[in-house]
Amino acid sequence: MVEFILRRVLQAILVLFVMTVLVFFGVHVIGNPIDLFVSSECTKACVDAIMANLGLDRPVWEQYLIFLGNLMAGDLGNSFTFGVPAMSLIWERFPATLELATAALVIALVLGLPLSIHAGLYPDSPVSRAIMALSMLGFSVPIFWIGIILILTFSVRLGWFPAIGRGETVDVLGVPVSFLTLDGLHHLALPAITLSLIMLSTVIRLTRAGLREVLTSDYIRFARANGVRETRVIGWHAMKNILIPIVTVLGMEFGSVIAFAVVTESIFSWPGVGKMLIDAISVLDRPLILAYLIFVVTMFVVLNLIVDILYSVLDPRVGRSAR
Amino acid sequence: MDPVLDIRGLTVAFGRGATAVPALFGVDLTVQRGEIVALVGESGSGKSLTGFAVTGLLPSGAQVTGGAVRLSGTDLRGLSPAAMRQARGRRVAMVFQDPMMTLNPVLRVETQMGDALRAHQDISRRAARPRLVQALADVGIADPAARLRAWPHELSGGMRQRVAIATALLHGPDVVIADEPTTALDVTIQGQIIALAQGLCRDRGTALVWITHDLAVVAGIADRVAVMYAGRIVEDGPVDAVLDAPAHPYTRALIDSVPASHAKGTRLPTIPGRMPGLSDMPPGCPFAPRCAHAAPACTQAPPPVVQTADGRAVRCLTPLVPVAERGAA
Repeated sequence: MVEFILRRVLQAILVLFVMTVLVFFGVHVIGNPIDLFVSSECTKACVDAIMANLGLDRPVWEQYLIFLGNLMAGDLGNSFTFGVPAMSLIWERFPATLELATAALVIALVLGLPLSIHAGLYPDSPVSRAIMALSMLGFSVPIFWIGIILILTFSVRLGWFPAIGRGETVDVLGVPVSFLTLDGLHHLALPAITLSLIMLSTVIRLTRAGLREVLTSDYIRFARANGVRETRVIGWHAMKNILIPIVTVLGMEFGSVIAFAVVTESIFSWPGVGKMLIDAISVLDRPLILAYLIFVVTMFVVLNLIVDILYSVLDPRVGRSAR
Repeated sequence: MDPVLDIRGLTVAFGRGATAVPALFGVDLTVQRGEIVALVGESGSGKSLTGFAVTGLLPSGAQVTGGAVRLSGTDLRGLSPAAMRQARGRRVAMVFQDPMMTLNPVLRVETQMGDALRAHQDISRRAARPRLVQALADVGIADPAARLRAWPHELSGGMRQRVAIATALLHGPDVVIADEPTTALDVTIQGQIIALAQGLCRDRGTALVWITHDLAVVAGIADRVAVMYAGRIVEDGPVDAVLDAPAHPYTRALIDSVPASHAKGTRLPTIPGRMPGLSDMPPGCPFAPRCAHAAPACTQAPPPVVQTADGRAVRCLTPLVPVAERGAA
């Protein structure tokens, strides 16, 4: 187990290194952030002073070495635009994104599991066909379009839900959350639904396919031959086998949803990290972009680990010897 | 006394309506209380399908289209799904071919056996425990309490099949249908499992339908043998009579193609051709195209069941043993 974790960490470090090189030099090639945010009244001397202050006057390879050195010391640098540590900005915004992504995951599971079990048990029924057609749409229709249509329908036309922003929040353990207030839930509904669609479709397709396969297996037939009740056969004997691929895929999917909630957050002006990333990219705020991407890579590594641990819990054949 | 299992004219088809493909063509099989019957045939002859039809667990797409299945007098075809579930495990149980696949890989033995026990008995998991330990001990599993906590992958094939047998016998069913339960096992283990199943059923008066393609097994275990070919039972009689003097040419050919029954150094006889598929069933006797004894009449219409002089049922126009006088039966 220790060796396993160690190997994972080394892989992560390698990925981080390659990623920082690409992003660092990529951003450098795109342009000089100073040109984007200094005011027009700033003279040459003033610009040079800012450049020197941010370290941008040095050669790019030297800047990268300095960045690496600071990274070793755990310092990801200050945001060019905000002048505060980049990580603090991320931590400030992250709860909003995590809340949105978690809400999307809950919607995907709560809706997806019953729908897909129905579709798996009665594959030929019209309801099942409708469910499968909708899951196909969920995959294929772009998120920004769905978001806009939801806003047009439920905010503009019907006026049921607010179109933008995060509602009233309350602090839980010092973290602001919005799902505990009615206003917060109200604001959460549309973005969470939008963000959940791909995960929902994934859950539906995976569970249905898994269920169809597992139901023909001998062990399900054996359980039925012993008179075990259908609810128990489907709900436990079959589901426990299907959960393994679902957990794997959803674990990764959840990471992507957090990392790339960019589109949804932009549409609904959700004050999360995705929105922040877009803003950072548009002003070439390199420390903030890098900090965010390092954060995302780390998150994926951690999610991967969690999935692997869940694996050995769900499937007794995996990783017994390692524990 | 009523037979414990009475199958009359059972027909099963895949699909519905005009495109339905029949797979069983009127299977008749009677099993007396405590009797051990071997159901023999090639792959695809419909022997497993017969077993699944009895337990109401036909694969999707297949359904019973006619006939009756009586279990201790109750017609199973008239039962609701809930009543059918009540019958499964309590009155009829099944053991399957591949012990590697029969147990759920992600559930402990205790969970699976416990669920089977609790399906028909209101008993807590804790209270079920000693019952399950005893059931495992009865099938000859050493250290049953530890095995109960095991995951299926920690058990050998033979041990898993013992667990399956123990589970099937939990509620003392009237009849157990064993679908080739030793085919996937080592020869040495095969013998143990056969002896075990035979012993347990004899002790408890449980009838056993042993589905197999292995005639050597038939001789060792069964009181009676029913030979299936292309969805029909072609011969049905006491095991000694059928194996010593088969009445149906197919049975004869089947016995002759067992290597052990044959003199060394001579060419092993094989049955030419193959069993007709479900969709190209000939109008007459399905075995006629491969049969050395076929008469022109054999290809006209399916032969009726005739009684042999020693009381066997055989579906053949040219049986190899004398038939009973017409009307004498």
